[in-house]
Amino acid sequence: MKLSREASKKVLVLVMLLPAAATITLFLAFPAALTVLISLTELDYRFQWIWCGVGNYAKLFNSPVLQFIVKATAIYVAGTLAFNTLMGLVIALVSTRVHEGLGTFIRAIWLLPRVLPSVVWALLMMWIFSPLEHGFLNSLIVKAGGKPIPWTFLYHWPFLFIVNGFIGSSLSGIVFSSAIKSIPQDYIIAARVDGASSFTIVRKIILPMIKWHIAFFVAYNTLSLIASFEYILLTLNGGPGFYSTEVMILHAYHLAFGQYMVAMDFGYAATIVTILLVIGLVLSIAYWRVFRLRRLMIEPKLE
Amino acid sequence: MVTVKLENVTKIFRGGVEAVRDLNLEVKDGEFLVLLGPSGCGKTTTLLMIAGVYKPTKGYIYFDDKIVNDLEPKDRNIGMVFQSYALYPHMSVYENIAFPLRLKKLPKEEIDKRVREAASMLHIENLLDRRPSQLSGGQQQRVALARAVVKQPGLFLMDEPLSNLDAKIRIEVRAELKRLQRELGITTIYVTHDQAEAMSLADRIAVMNEGRLMQLGTPDELYYKPANTFVAGFIGAPAANLVEADVVETERGLELSMLGTRFPLPSDLAAAVQGVSRVVFMVRSEDVKISPGKGFFVYSAEWLGRETFVHIQAPDGTLLRVTLPPGQHVAVGEAVSVSFDYKKVHLYRPSGELIV
Repeated sequence: MKLSREASKKVLVLVMLLPAAATITLFLAFPAALTVLISLTELDYRFQWIWCGVGNYAKLFNSPVLQFIVKATAIYVAGTLAFNTLMGLVIALVSTRVHEGLGTFIRAIWLLPRVLPSVVWALLMMWIFSPLEHGFLNSLIVKAGGKPIPWTFLYHWPFLFIVNGFIGSSLSGIVFSSAIKSIPQDYIIAARVDGASSFTIVRKIILPMIKWHIAFFVAYNTLSLIASFEYILLTLNGGPGFYSTEVMILHAYHLAFGQYMVAMDFGYAATIVTILLVIGLVLSIAYWRVFRLRRLMIEPKLE
Repeated sequence: MVTVKLENVTKIFRGGVEAVRDLNLEVKDGEFLVLLGPSGCGKTTTLLMIAGVYKPTKGYIYFDDKIVNDLEPKDRNIGMVFQSYALYPHMSVYENIAFPLRLKKLPKEEIDKRVREAASMLHIENLLDRRPSQLSGGQQQRVALARAVVKQPGLFLMDEPLSNLDAKIRIEVRAELKRLQRELGITTIYVTHDQAEAMSLADRIAVMNEGRLMQLGTPDELYYKPANTFVAGFIGAPAANLVEADVVETERGLELSMLGTRFPLPSDLAAAVQGVSRVVFMVRSEDVKISPGKGFFVYSAEWLGRETFVHIQAPDGTLLRVTLPPGQHVAVGEAVSVSFDYKKVHLYRPSGELIV
């Protein structure tokens, strides 16, 4: 049988799309659907599929813990996002301003936390900010004659912003600095000749010209932060005190995998993950609208 | 408005590249000076030093009597125009033109008045609400000019402002530019690699090559009295013929041995090359006369509408560029003989300096 031109074209398109479609189905859509399904069960260490309707959701919304984990998530995502974006901008502006070789060196150094194994990085940061006397910062303070400061107790959020931010901002730093470097020099010269100070050039020329890169990073980083808990787990693990840094995804982790046999409350954990999934979807659409990311995808904004 | 003087200006970049060497130049008040040269000759570096973007490694730059080496670009009161136009894509045309005035913190009404004045001067009043991306190249360049004009600068610096435009629009904007500069009387330094553009715009041209000034003069002087073989070869289209020749002595007097044949020198030229054995012979294509004869062949002929441009093959194989006067025609392959208008011929030393 011979296919018409149109039909064979369609077949070709389908064949070409198949690998991506299969991957997305297998590793994204299927687990997401499974998570939603599990959230409707009392699945636990016995691995019995007991349907319980929206019981888990009712339980969660009546739980006294909910307000803590929602608040922690909001602070964590907003704070780390702000740190990553601003720090990335600082790295980018500084490293593109100085001599080329030095700039590359700065960005390369900044990549170190990212290439270190997370456990090593977490340990290192715990040592630097340790509340004990032999912590790095405190040992300096003690040597200078001061009293040790309980860093992670007093400043647990800034501590987490730094632990995460030094990793996140290496990405934003590289994205932003390559964007800045691709701004034609003529714009900067023109602005300088027209009387703009360095600060004005950054505010009026550079930032508007890399706004697409910033928008992309903010959108991407928000979504990845909602689902990130690795460094909290490795450092403060939800503490200090009662759920002070227990973000939603960490809580889900604790419920599901916190303790062998005791935790393993998969059904309830999936409830939280499902809610995060919905939040992620809503935010994606919101960013898509607000930042008009469709336009970003259509044409290159800086060659 | 302002005179610009460069005194022994040298620019060496990090890494040792010497972009400009010992440049001495004076631009008079209200003059239109063109910096002309092939790419990499140091002309843009020179312009950026005058703008204050680069600092000279050695030497001094004066605005009037003041040394400005360490003056920030914003304090030099210059208006600059770029090949890329450098219009800010996120601002409207109005905002682009108003940008330098806003930075000066002028009152709103004053800014509005001056933006509209500049816009009407360049006939872009109806484009003020548009974004640069919605304009044609010619319109964008007018906006860029308006942005330079609106500051009422003492000095215009232009870096190949017309090079990105289509040929037709380029000639249009070129005329506009010349008119504007005349009207405003603002001293202008204009960088280009296009010798035709330089000839048509400039009061004086500074020809540069490999970081050095080769000649400074009016378009006339450069065309009729090029100081060296570089200028002779660079100025004029079609390019002048430059032929290496031996000076030989015969019983009839001095002769030039070149192109596989000999040409007797008239007495004034002969006197000038007394004692010189090798020269470079320069003749413009319109100063070569051909007539039916033998020895040379017509290699190719292009009819350009008014005149005909031909290549003539000499006995030794060299091709001579010749422009025939209107009305004269030749056929490809035809045998011809060649003579020169010796009043317009120049002779150079093999190293490039002018003898006569």
